[in-house]
Amino acid sequence: MTIMTYRQALHDTLRAEMLRDESVLLLGEEIGVFEGSYKITAGLLKEFGEKRVRDTPIAEEGFAGAAIGAAMLGLRPVVEMMTINFSMLALDQIINHAAKIYGMFGGQASVPLVIRTPGGGGQQLGATHSQNIELFYAFVPGLKVVAPSNPADAKALLLAAIRDNDPVLFLENLALYNTKGEVPEGDEPAEIGRALVTRPGKDLTLIGYSRMAHVAAEVAASLAESDGLDIEVVDLRSLRPLDRETIVSSVKKTHAAVVVEDDWLTYGIGAEVAASISDGAFDYLDAPVRRVAMAEVPLPYSKPLETAALPSHDDVIAAIRQTLAAVGHRTARPLATAALGVPQS
Amino acid sequence: MIEIKMPRLSDTMEEGAISTWRKQPGDKVEVGDVLVEIETDKAVMEYEAYQAGTLAEILVPEGKNADIGAPIALLDDGTGAPAAAVAAPSAQNQAPERGEPSSVAPAVSPAPAPAPAVAAATAVNGLANGGGRQVASPLVRKLARENHLDLSHVTGSGPGGRIIRADISNLLGAGTQAAAPAPVVPAVPTDAPPAPAAPVPAGPAAAGSAPAQTDDVRGTRGVPISQVRRVIARRLSASAREIPHFYVTAVADAQDLMDLRATLNAQLTEAGRPKVSVNDLLVRACALALREHQDVNVSYGGDDSSIVLVHDRINVGVAVAAESGLIVPVIRDADTKTVTQLGAEAKQLVALAGERKLTPAQTSGGTFTISNLGMYGVEHFTAIINPPESAILAVGATTREPTVVGDTLEPRYRLRYTLSVDHRVIDGALAARFLQTLTNLIEHPWMIIA
Repeated sequence: MTIMTYRQALHDTLRAEMLRDESVLLLGEEIGVFEGSYKITAGLLKEFGEKRVRDTPIAEEGFAGAAIGAAMLGLRPVVEMMTINFSMLALDQIINHAAKIYGMFGGQASVPLVIRTPGGGGQQLGATHSQNIELFYAFVPGLKVVAPSNPADAKALLLAAIRDNDPVLFLENLALYNTKGEVPEGDEPAEIGRALVTRPGKDLTLIGYSRMAHVAAEVAASLAESDGLDIEVVDLRSLRPLDRETIVSSVKKTHAAVVVEDDWLTYGIGAEVAASISDGAFDYLDAPVRRVAMAEVPLPYSKPLETAALPSHDDVIAAIRQTLAAVGHRTARPLATAALGVPQS
Repeated sequence: MIEIKMPRLSDTMEEGAISTWRKQPGDKVEVGDVLVEIETDKAVMEYEAYQAGTLAEILVPEGKNADIGAPIALLDDGTGAPAAAVAAPSAQNQAPERGEPSSVAPAVSPAPAPAPAVAAATAVNGLANGGGRQVASPLVRKLARENHLDLSHVTGSGPGGRIIRADISNLLGAGTQAAAPAPVVPAVPTDAPPAPAAPVPAGPAAAGSAPAQTDDVRGTRGVPISQVRRVIARRLSASAREIPHFYVTAVADAQDLMDLRATLNAQLTEAGRPKVSVNDLLVRACALALREHQDVNVSYGGDDSSIVLVHDRINVGVAVAAESGLIVPVIRDADTKTVTQLGAEAKQLVALAGERKLTPAQTSGGTFTISNLGMYGVEHFTAIINPPESAILAVGATTREPTVVGDTLEPRYRLRYTLSVDHRVIDGALAARFLQTLTNLIEHPWMIIA
């Protein structure tokens, strides 16, 4: 067990997989000479050479397509899209090709492709560089979408993604790169499609993924400290396939749920989670499922406005208190329902 | 084949009477269809099917009673094999034997709830009395199904009055399983002395008479009958039909009572306290008379019972003409309360009755009822006994009449009242002695407040 950053875990895992398997190669903008916009690929060009670490032109559709072709012919390319915002230039390749080839052509070729890409706002990068559009990919059958929230999962899920025979969108987050955590030795891949109960509890189920799973864990810990609340945290880890079983069994135990997400509320990942709860745990709900998401605006550049638009710890706490109040759970401190501006009944 | 069993529809219910079968043998039954209307000690309630199938056989006909958990019908769900050991329960009217826990915390959340939730909860509480959907969380509805809980008397403390798990946690015994009718702790604590379930009707109503119909000859239109009205109709029909009533009327010189009240109210007003009414004085007078004649404070135990229930506590019901119909809130231990206390309590109960917010606890446990139509100028009238009580006092107006005093006529206040009595447990002489005591109290009113 070593403590390292999310960034380091990704770097080390890429390197280990390249050492383990010669068919693993990297493609992307500025990943070689510049060592990556976020330094995930630092030192890899020097170590593995130009054949396996390829700097590409600024042409997402082109290098996504090249990677798909390479994957069909037996290589295991790992593409870095500088941010998820730029992946939209390659939507046709990803959705119409990578996701479809195996099914459309009777399984003659699979596409063992990984597209690594960070999402997330909060860095004052403006509306077009700060989005959380993983939903676009999670919506599409034929793709897998994973979203690790901590260094250990970053490693385990990247191992799983590279070794998977289907195209996997691997969602990173700008705000997580510098977060630290314990990372186990060895190369034990995670099972794609499995959520994890990262903190067991009985009062309420708090569900998130990527940065918001991280926020959820922090909120649960702080409320345990301040109010003695016993909140169960579920980290989705995989958006497609979605682990409905773990979500439902948690809510069956706690009878209440709050879903937190960095994307927009309407039609968001949280909506799918809430619908899954309604399907699988309707008879166990003691209060409606509540969602916390980003404000429905293009994310502002201005720091105060950007902060206000993104879901915060306080937003999550307010939603938890409101839900707990609705199930008659009286906390020691006054309920912060006014913060949401929603009448209680 | 599935056995449909008599459900527990109210916390104090021990048996239910089949009011109307809404499905007949051979009818298709879908989940959620109303199978049968069941009358409990509180109300007539619709009972819905939890399983689909075809109604195969009715085991308890309309008008007959069955204990909770007794099979009342068979539903063919296609599984064929007849339910084991089905014995049609005979209609029964047994002596009540209840081993009911006497003090159970009411089903509310432990800590003081935030104000909005309380306000919302009370707003919804009225639904128990009338129409409207009772809101409960899916979890609560599941638990209620599994544990045969009646939610109609549970006050919801969730948003909008939603019943949440915390509201029913007291009803869920430790380790209660989803099984046969579980022993259920009453939702509302009944600390009154054991009272038998009201003798509920048997036999078809209005046999021989044609059913009422709308027609043009009389310019008739149909107005939906409320649950409250339905309960009044059934209970009073049963009372009038089953209880051999007799009536004893007396008249009292109420001049001193009126003088006392005037003096009292002048002083109370000066002290800034609420005034007392003639009715408040009469409630206390009746309570004192009942204390002296405890054998009027009784209930008939039923034809098969070997005992008469003698109540040690004196709980006086006061008939209130609420907009929804007659309702009788009960003042508990009326003999131990002062006239001003009785007045304050009566005022509060009447206000709650007007808002349909009386709780079952506030309308149960009575041992005697007073019905006062004096304010309408009625000289005197007779009332129907409110079972399981054995007597009811009908009070007329207090009016000034020419009265013989010595050898002259004097205008003095007079008050007429009629006691309706259940002859099965109270004889004429006892009724007369009770009225004698009451008249004596009214004519020597200081004894009422002494």
